[in-house]
Amino acid sequence: MSGTVVLAAAGGALVAAGVALVLERSLSRLVVGMLVLGNGVNLLILTGGGPAGRAPILHGVPPGADRRPMNDPVPQAMILTAIVIALGTAAFALAIAYRSGRLGDSDDDDVRDDIEDRRVTRGRHELRTQVRARRREFREWSREQRGQIRGARRELRAGIRAERERRAVDDPGDLDDGDDESGSDR
Amino acid sequence: MNQLLPLPVLMPLLAAGVKITLGPRHPGLQRVISVTVLAAVLSVAVVLLVRADRFGPQTVQVGAWPAPLGVTLVADRLSAVMLTVSAAVTLCVMVYAIGQDVADADRRTPLSVFHPTYLLLVAGVADAFLAGDLFNLFVGFEIMLMASYVLITLGGTAARVRAGTTYIMVALLSSMLFLIAIGVIYAAAGTVNMAQLAERFQALPSGITLLAELMLLTAFGIKAAVFPLSMWLPDSYPTAPAPVTAVFAGLLTKIGIYGFIRAETLLFPGHATRPLLLAAALLSMVVGVLGALVQVDIKRLLSFTLVSHIGYMIFGVALGSAAALAATVFYVLHHITIQTTLFLVAGLIERRGGSTSLHRLGGLARTAPLIGLLFFVPAMNLGGVPPLSGFLGKLGLLQAGLADGGAFADVLVVTAVGTSLLTLYALVKVWNQAFWRVPAEMPGTSAEAEDEGAAPPSVRLPAAMVGATVALLALSLAYTAAGGPLVSLTERAAAELLSPAGYIQAVRPQEPGGPS
Repeated sequence: MSGTVVLAAAGGALVAAGVALVLERSLSRLVVGMLVLGNGVNLLILTGGGPAGRAPILHGVPPGADRRPMNDPVPQAMILTAIVIALGTAAFALAIAYRSGRLGDSDDDDVRDDIEDRRVTRGRHELRTQVRARRREFREWSREQRGQIRGARRELRAGIRAERERRAVDDPGDLDDGDDESGSDR
Repeated sequence: MNQLLPLPVLMPLLAAGVKITLGPRHPGLQRVISVTVLAAVLSVAVVLLVRADRFGPQTVQVGAWPAPLGVTLVADRLSAVMLTVSAAVTLCVMVYAIGQDVADADRRTPLSVFHPTYLLLVAGVADAFLAGDLFNLFVGFEIMLMASYVLITLGGTAARVRAGTTYIMVALLSSMLFLIAIGVIYAAAGTVNMAQLAERFQALPSGITLLAELMLLTAFGIKAAVFPLSMWLPDSYPTAPAPVTAVFAGLLTKIGIYGFIRAETLLFPGHATRPLLLAAALLSMVVGVLGALVQVDIKRLLSFTLVSHIGYMIFGVALGSAAALAATVFYVLHHITIQTTLFLVAGLIERRGGSTSLHRLGGLARTAPLIGLLFFVPAMNLGGVPPLSGFLGKLGLLQAGLADGGAFADVLVVTAVGTSLLTLYALVKVWNQAFWRVPAEMPGTSAEAEDEGAAPPSVRLPAAMVGATVALLALSLAYTAAGGPLVSLTERAAAELLSPAGYIQAVRPQEPGGPS
């Protein structure tokens, strides 16, 4: 049984390594990760077949010659099939990774973003930056305007004050010159 | 007569081999071979369907090894009816592809690649439907997926390679999960024969069967594009050539659904995952249709409605009653046909209008009234407008949902009605923009855009492409015309699914019910 524990542990380690590789962005690592993952799974299937035993061949064995239990052949058959499938898939995936690397404008073989996704997110991003820029522009513009208004008001007030002072010097008895003039008309 | 059973797998495989040997020579002969083989598969499937319906599940033990040891092929009513419809659809798509090929003689898709790969795909699909054990189901999936990797990256352009990578990696991961599930099941039950598993799972602790069930359903869920596992589909399908997208959208996801039906009736009849499936169905419907509403590309829009309609089928599987299963099977058949038709029409639109983007299309109802008709009827069918088959399927599902009586099921019934309306809205949006809008209303109509728009209308649509689409449309209308017999057939299939004793007896006749 100790053999099966080692097998299971090895399978688990391979699966862990495979999962870590599959989470990468580079295509060649993805392919290698899939292969490692597949090998781990194959080991686990082998573990599922039970403890080790004699080769499962009855031909040529005299009855009662070897009493050790036979190994279960079904998991081995399944693993063989899985290996063949993995081989074909890996070859194709590597070809795709190569093609993807050749087609890309960058040197690496990273999986590229989806164009549609990128368009959606980029569109939103551009919109957001545009809005921000416009808001900043507007703020600056309004600050400027406010400053100008304030300046104009200040000037106006200063003008009024100067005018009042001037009139106060001319005619110290009256503050309101408008009424004064209309009164003088009467 | 049961020796017919391996033929749907063997004939396309052999033909694919012949075609690889021939290479690019004798294109005419190759086309004849493809169509003949697919027509033969269809006729064998029809014979199997009739026999499975009359005499119960048809089985063949490959190599005469008895059931738990060897490979068993089984055709019960569900398998046979799925096989028949998929054979009809693949035949029509082949004719369509040939029409496209002949028309584009100058820049044709590589004949020596497309035809053998497509036949391999058909063989894999048939193998998956006929598989009597889980491992053979896995092999069928792998044959089909291997072919689909080639088909989705056909031509190797940058867009297709990018979309293909996503598809391949996701499919590889789901295969890996499927393989782990098989390993777990073999370690727990000591067999992968589905009939024997059905017996042995009953003796196992519920925790182990739940683990096995969840792993299988995850693997199938990725293939069927059920909501949390569906993100790959709208990204990868639309870039492929129109016939490839059509057959992928119509068939490949439905094989995942077939896996769901098999798992939930034969292997795990206990409905332990019912709340999970109901939630997945709800989210698939809502997320899929909301995604569809905002798309501007017809192919992407259709891909999103595909995700949303997978939710209906999961809903039926989750309910699990005889009426629900019958409605699900009917819905699957309807959806295979209708989704394929719509993608083929999208291909026609692309040919005629030069694009599938709603921003660039317009006025097709006037310039191409036939495409208008070909789009309108399946679109209304997908939305569930009454006399058409989509309505019949949805009605069956809603009735089964109401009969179920659970609160969650009622919520899903309401959601299903809402989703149906939103689907109709999304498709009407396509109709308004692509078909009814006067080209002058189109945004950004500059002189350059008008030049682009002026070039395509001279394109004549090849008769084979239109003919294949019309044939599929006729098939979907036949579901309405022959609604009564078809519904009773799906009801018989559901009854058969719910009493697996007949299936088990057919696969392992020598031991009635006893564990070996």
